[in-house]
Amino acid sequence: MRRGLEGPAPEERPTPAGRRNEQGIRIDPEVEATHEPRRTVISALVEHEPGVLSDVSGLFSRRQFNIESLTVGPTTNDDRARITVVVEEPDPGIDQIKKQLRKLVPVISVRELEPDAMQRELALIKVDADDPAQVNAVADMYDATTVDSSPETATFEITGARQKIEAAIETFGQFGVREISRTGTTALARGTEETAAALSATESATEQTKTQQEYPADDD
Amino acid sequence: MSERAAKVTPADTDEQHDEQITDSAAPDAAQEVDGDADADGESEPTPVTTGAESVVRALENAGVEYAFGVQGGAIMPVYDALYDSEIYHVTMAHEQGASHAADAYGVVSGEPGVCLATSGPGATNLVTGIADADMDSDPMIALTGQVPTAFVGNDAFQETDTTGVTTPVTKDNTFASDPDRVGTDVSEAFALAREGRPGPTLVDLPKDVTKSETDREPDEPTVPDTYEVQERADEEIVEAAAERIETSERPAMLLGGGVIKGEASEACREFAIEHEIPVITTMPGIGSFPEDHELSMEMAGMHGTGYANMAITHCDTMIAVGTRFDDRLTGGIETFAPDAEIIHVDIDPAEISKNIHADYPLIGDAETVVQQLQEAIENSPQAKKWRAQCQQWKSDYSMAYDAPEDEPLQPQFVVEALDEATDDDTIVTTGVGQHQMWACQYWTYTEPRTWVSSHGLGTMGYGLPAAIGARLAADDDQDVVCFDGDGSFLMTLQELSVAVRENLDITVAVLNNEYIGMVRQWQDAFFEGRHSASDYGWMPEFDKLAEAFGAAGFRIDDYDEVADTIDEALAYDGPSVIDVHIDPQANVYPMVPSGGDNGQFALTEDQL
Repeated sequence: MRRGLEGPAPEERPTPAGRRNEQGIRIDPEVEATHEPRRTVISALVEHEPGVLSDVSGLFSRRQFNIESLTVGPTTNDDRARITVVVEEPDPGIDQIKKQLRKLVPVISVRELEPDAMQRELALIKVDADDPAQVNAVADMYDATTVDSSPETATFEITGARQKIEAAIETFGQFGVREISRTGTTALARGTEETAAALSATESATEQTKTQQEYPADDD
Repeated sequence: MSERAAKVTPADTDEQHDEQITDSAAPDAAQEVDGDADADGESEPTPVTTGAESVVRALENAGVEYAFGVQGGAIMPVYDALYDSEIYHVTMAHEQGASHAADAYGVVSGEPGVCLATSGPGATNLVTGIADADMDSDPMIALTGQVPTAFVGNDAFQETDTTGVTTPVTKDNTFASDPDRVGTDVSEAFALAREGRPGPTLVDLPKDVTKSETDREPDEPTVPDTYEVQERADEEIVEAAAERIETSERPAMLLGGGVIKGEASEACREFAIEHEIPVITTMPGIGSFPEDHELSMEMAGMHGTGYANMAITHCDTMIAVGTRFDDRLTGGIETFAPDAEIIHVDIDPAEISKNIHADYPLIGDAETVVQQLQEAIENSPQAKKWRAQCQQWKSDYSMAYDAPEDEPLQPQFVVEALDEATDDDTIVTTGVGQHQMWACQYWTYTEPRTWVSSHGLGTMGYGLPAAIGARLAADDDQDVVCFDGDGSFLMTLQELSVAVRENLDITVAVLNNEYIGMVRQWQDAFFEGRHSASDYGWMPEFDKLAEAFGAAGFRIDDYDEVADTIDEALAYDGPSVIDVHIDPQANVYPMVPSGGDNGQFALTEDQL
């Protein structure tokens, strides 16, 4: 008895000329683009209620989105909180992050910020203070505020863009950094622009990702 | 269905609460008198006095007729309120069964199915069915008991972080913390389960909240303000898509489950027939287009027909409606419809360009958008040659199988025989595995909401509890047939007790090969025939087991027993089980291996 079905074997069948890339986009010189990961900031306005933060953070882990930092805090409206997420993904991934976030019922609006948006982070840096004069000179250089000092240590508070904080940590490294604590990036759009304005479904689905370019998602 | 009133069964919990004893001892006679008085009097509903009553009132306001569940400590106040309700509660053997029954009820009726369970194990047992509904976008609402608020977080008896556990598998969930608000929480969850892209929602109900006094009636079921659904697609994109269709030489429609959920089957049929466009369906899209129509290419994907996979691979324009381009449909992304511009109609913006890039993203309600397209199209595509090619593929890659009478019984024959013995509107439910694929391939579906299966999650054991839910949602004159595999049936067959108790007329055909057949098939193809943990070698006698449950049991071993036995089983007024001993070596073809090229489907094992 024949097992299986009859018909032309695979190698006898016509094959189409086209092809798609990993992102499901048909490969065509005009639309073809390499999608390298890029770093960007996404701001979401959410209902201020229990469970929203875990909804959002859970989304990132279960959909395997690369996330660099996530901050959350209240807004001028008691019923709303703002979540700021820094992600590193290729364009289609960033699109998915925005759409999946919008899909969560307690999420009110989501926006990817322009590269020139205001972005700040706060860091506490505790260093060995064997040479107070030198340590203070570095602190001055980064506009750091002294928060605590002991015979052996000094702790500074620095705010600024991520790059500034990283530079500061590196420079303090020469004295010996004991501990650091960083808040992660928080951000707002510039001028009169609203940071997380609501979009219609079509706008959100067809929203063009920012043109592919290498830019630091930081400013200062 | 039996006439008995909904009543509370003794709670299956270790908890020794006083109210448990009082409840199970409640005299039935008094209950029936109350019920009759309500039915005759048409009186105003009695005012809500507790959180639990508010929960039940919310369900009543939403038009709920049936609920599926299992009693237990923390959900007892809700069951107590249900005792006085017109809602008919079906006590299932296991909470998983309750979730699948509710899911199938939602699939067949279009309205959210309701399931209930207690805290802890009750809630975790629901999770498989909730995840199943989530993957298939089926409307469902789960109500779970929870330990009293003061105990939450203390690892109390039967405590589980239910909202935490179910967050990834629900459309939305809520921990009800306020007795004045709990009814409205349920109303909102009901609306959310149904509106937009449907899905399961869950409300976790702490026992103190449901027991507390409140006189607040629940609000009407409406979605929260933050939830917006777009009905109509962008006109400009519709125009552009219409133009693309008009100039297409090789157009195809791909209809997914969203067509059925969006009640767009009729609009899609009209569209396809008027413009003579071949129609392919996904597995959840089965029933959206009549498979006996000449434009039907039937189901595509891993075990789709050869002709559907040829059409999908070679089309130049694909009108995809209500599909999420699951990997079992697409095979390898690189080779999926590589010549096609994709017009993607979906109500969920997040599905657009998730797996397959949409050249024309049309976000909106499936029926509305297909009608928009219909209005925008002035000329049908000129695709005579393409249609002839599709017909040629239908004959080149026919699904005809060998079934010599002196060889072991082939499963396809059984599926076709049952199809022939039943009306066109018969509802088919399945478990997951080879039998499910044969049921897809060899049954001819013509109507939406007649195919009820576990597509995305692939839950073995779905078939029998789904048949129970489907039976209660179906019209009385509709038959309900469940195809199951021996392995799949063994996972939830305790629900037969429910079908017997409720006297539900369903016919279960167990395609028994004493293997986890699909795994055995893959082991033969990809693991050198090493049958690790797939060869049962022995199975209970399902016909006798059915009889022990009080159902009718039948057995088929040979071709000449098929027709008569099927007739007898269908004629039996109540649940019947046919243990069909099929060729244990039968395999499902065509087959596209995981991540493979749809156009290179295998027709035999050596082509894999």
